[in-house]
Amino acid sequence: MNEKLALNDDILMKIEKPARYIGNEVNAVVKDRDSIDVRFCMCFPDVYEIGMSHLGIQILYGMLNSWDDVWCERVYSPWVDLDEIMRKENIPLFALESQDPIKDFDFLGITIQYEMCYTNILQVLDLAGIPLLATERGEDCPIVIGGGPCTYNPEPIADFFDIFYIGEGETQYRPLIDLYKKCRTEKTGREEFLRRAAKLPGMYVPRFYETTYHENGTIASFRPTEEGIPARIRKELVTDMTDSFYPMKPVVPYIKVTQDRVVLEIQRGCIRGCRFCQAGQLYRPVRERDVEVLKKYAMEMLKNTGHEEISLSSLSSSDYSKLPELIDFLIEECDKRHINISLPSLRIDAFSLDVMSKVQDVKKSSLTFAPEAGSQRLRDVINKGLTEEVILQGSALAFEGGWTRVKLYFMLGHPTETEEDIRGIAELSNKIAATFFDTVPKEKRVNGRVQIVTSTSFFVPKPFTPFQWAPQCTKEEFVEKAYLTRKAISEQLNQKSIKYNWHEADVSVLEGVLARGDRKLSQVLLYVYNKGCFYDAWSEYFHNDVWMEAFEACGLDPDFYSHRERPLDEILPWDFLDCGVSRAFLEREWQKAKNETISPNCKQACQGCGAARFGCGICVEPRG
Amino acid sequence: MKLRIKFRKYGPVRFIGHLDVMRFFQKANRRAELDVAYTGGFSPHQIMSFAAPLGVGLTSNGEYMDLEVHSLTSCEDVMQRLNAASVPGIEITSVKILPDKAGNAMASVAAAEYTVAFREGRGPHFDLGSAVDRFLAKDEILITKETKKGSREINLKEGIYEMKVVESEKLYLLVDASSAGNIKPIQVIEALFSENGETLQENALLVNREETYLRNETDALLPLDAIGFDSEEAYRAASGDTE
Repeated sequence: MNEKLALNDDILMKIEKPARYIGNEVNAVVKDRDSIDVRFCMCFPDVYEIGMSHLGIQILYGMLNSWDDVWCERVYSPWVDLDEIMRKENIPLFALESQDPIKDFDFLGITIQYEMCYTNILQVLDLAGIPLLATERGEDCPIVIGGGPCTYNPEPIADFFDIFYIGEGETQYRPLIDLYKKCRTEKTGREEFLRRAAKLPGMYVPRFYETTYHENGTIASFRPTEEGIPARIRKELVTDMTDSFYPMKPVVPYIKVTQDRVVLEIQRGCIRGCRFCQAGQLYRPVRERDVEVLKKYAMEMLKNTGHEEISLSSLSSSDYSKLPELIDFLIEECDKRHINISLPSLRIDAFSLDVMSKVQDVKKSSLTFAPEAGSQRLRDVINKGLTEEVILQGSALAFEGGWTRVKLYFMLGHPTETEEDIRGIAELSNKIAATFFDTVPKEKRVNGRVQIVTSTSFFVPKPFTPFQWAPQCTKEEFVEKAYLTRKAISEQLNQKSIKYNWHEADVSVLEGVLARGDRKLSQVLLYVYNKGCFYDAWSEYFHNDVWMEAFEACGLDPDFYSHRERPLDEILPWDFLDCGVSRAFLEREWQKAKNETISPNCKQACQGCGAARFGCGICVEPRG
Repeated sequence: MKLRIKFRKYGPVRFIGHLDVMRFFQKANRRAELDVAYTGGFSPHQIMSFAAPLGVGLTSNGEYMDLEVHSLTSCEDVMQRLNAASVPGIEITSVKILPDKAGNAMASVAAAEYTVAFREGRGPHFDLGSAVDRFLAKDEILITKETKKGSREINLKEGIYEMKVVESEKLYLLVDASSAGNIKPIQVIEALFSENGETLQENALLVNREETYLRNETDALLPLDAIGFDSEEAYRAASGDTE
C-alpha cells in the first residue's frame, strides 16, 4: 500500500469526497520508482467522477503500465474546494498512485474531450507548477502532451502544449517513449527531443509552426519554421482492433462515478456519415472487434472489476455485424451472475426492443430516438438516415411492448433550418404521442398516459465535418429557435404528454468559437483563467460575461469564429492536419447538404471519403 | 446461509465513506466469485448488512458485514479469496457462519470499543488521568445532541461502559453503539474537554475502533462474530441438520 498521501488529514477531512484524491483503487497500478525509466501521468481535466468514466484513459493507462519501463499514473482536476486550499497552502498537484508532484514526471498527458475543459487544462498546469506557456518550460518540466478529439483543432490551446498526439493513442506512444529515453541518454535537452518528436507520425509540436494572418483576421499562411518538420500531420489509427491493446483490469473507483461499469468497445468508427457529427468522420473507417474476443474480454473484465453492469460502447451499436450473437451471449452469462446489461445507441426496431425487454424493466426504462432534426428535409441536409415512418413504427412496436416513455433528441440551428423544420420537432413529438393513443387501448394504458421528453441542444459546427464551413447561429438566434420550439409544442394536441428541455445558448456559442478557433484564442483563455474561470463545463461555474470581457480585451470578435460562413478557399486553422477524410469529400458533402441530398452509408456504397488509404475496417470488407 | 465477515480498515482507505465501503464489498464479493444470494427483479442486490457505520477518517480493527450465500467452500477459503480481491487497507480477518436465529449485524450491535489518540499539539492541557477519574465520578454527563428534529439533551454517562487512560495520552473507550443509544468517541472527548474548561480543536482525534460487540442472553458483551461457527460442519451440527 502506498501509505503516503499528498494531502494532510486536516485537508482530507475538510473537503468534499476525499476519496477523489487518495488513489489506492482496485486495479490501480503501483510500481517501484527505482525499477522504471519513464514516469507518465495521464490527466482528464475535469472532476474525478467524470475523468474516471473515460474509456480512453483506461486503455492508455493499461497499455503504458503493461510496459516494464513505464509507470503511468492518473490525475484529475481538483474540485473547487480543494483547488482553493492548494493555492492557499502552495500544495503542488500530485498523481493519485504515488501522490508525488506532477512536476517530477517525465510526461503529463492530457486528454481533451470537450472545449469547455480548456480552462481546466490551465488549472492543472498551474497547480502542478508548470508554466502555462510551453515555450517557458524548463528542462525540469514534464513534456505536456495532448490527445483526444479536440486536438483535431489544437490551435486555440497550441501555446500550452509541447506535443499534440493526433489520432488514436495505441500506436505511437512506444516510439515516442523510446525517443524520449534516447534523448535523455544523449542529453539532447527538451527542445531537441521535441524537434525529433515532431518527425514521428501523428505528432504535432506547435512551437515548430508559425501562422500569419490577413488583415481581416483569416489565416494567410501556416507552415513549419524549420527544415525537416512535416508540413502536414496525419492522424494515427489502429488498423486491427482485435489485436490492439484493451485493458482487462480497468481501475475501479470507490466512489460512484458517471460510468460505473465494464465498458466493452465493440467497434470504433461509424458507417453513417451524419454531416454534423465529428466523431463519425474522425474515427473512419469503422473497424469491428472480433466477437469471440469481445466475449472473452467481457468475462475477464467482469471478473477483474466486480462491476455489476456491462455496457457496449460504439458510435452506433446496431451497426455491429455480430450484435445478436454478442448480446445473446451476454444475456445468458450476465443473467447467471446478476449483472445488468446497458445498451446505448441502439436503433429502435423489433430486434432491439426484444433485447431491451430482456435486459431492462420496460415499465421503468425509456426509448431513445435521436432524429436530430424535425423535418425530413432537414434530416436529408444533415444526412441523418432516420425517417418519420421508422420512428413511428418503432414507437408503435415499443408501445405494444409496454414502454410508455420516449426520449427524443434534436439539434437546433443546423444549416438551412427554417421555422417549418422547427415546427417539425413539435409535430413529430405529437405524432409519437398520438401513436401511443392509437396503439394502446385505454384499458391497457399504464397510468393512462405516455411521456415524451423532447430535448434540443444547439448545433456547434466542428472541424473535419462537412459543416466546418457553416455559420453557427448567434445566441439570439438560438434563443429564438428554442422559443419557437416551445411555442410549437404548446400548440400540439398532445402537448400535455410532451415535456420540452433545452440547453443554455451561451455555452454552445462559446464552444463553437473554441472548436473552430485559431492560435489567437490562447490569449482569451489566459485572460479568463487569470480572472478565475475554470470548470466552465459546469454551468454553476461558467461566467459568460468574463469570456465576453476577454474577447473585448483581446480585440477579438467571437462572431468571426462562429457566425461567419467560411469560403472554401479560406485556410482553416486545422487544415494542416489530415484526419484521413479528404477535403474534397467534405466539400462534396457540404454541397450535397445544401442540395438536400443524402449519401448512402459505408455499408451501402463507398463515398470515397479517403479513409480507404488506411487499408482496414469496412474499406477492405466485402459490401452487401 | 449467512456469513459474518470481520474486517479491518486502515491507511488511506479510511477516507472512504460507509456507503462506498458497501459498494466496495459488492464488487469485491464478485471478484472473489462468492456464491452470494441476490434479491430478485431487474436490479438484483446482494443480500448484505453492515454492523455499525464507521465515520470518514476513522480506522478500525473490528468492522463487520453479514453476507447471505447459497454455498461456500470453507470459511478460510472465503477469507482468502476476499483478501485476494481486496485493496490494501481493507483486510478480512475472520469469516464465520451465523446460526440461523442470529439477528443481522446492524441490529445486533450493542457496544463498540475504541482507542483515541490526540494529534500532535491538539491534546489536553489538563492531566488526562485525573480528569477521566473526575469525569467518571459524575452522576450524569449531559450533552446536547443535534438531531434532524432539533436538539435534545442526552446523558452520556449511561452509555460509557468503560473509559481509561492507556499509555500516556491515549484513551480506551467502551461505549454504547446500539441504534437507540449510539455514542461517538468525539462526543465523549468533547464533553471531557468541556468539563475541564477546554475546547477540543478541529480534527484533533485519531480514532480507531477496536471491536464491535453484541449482547448475549446473559447480558454479556461479546465480539460480533463470537456467535458464529468456523465451519459448515459445526454450523450443521448445531442446527441439528444432518443433510
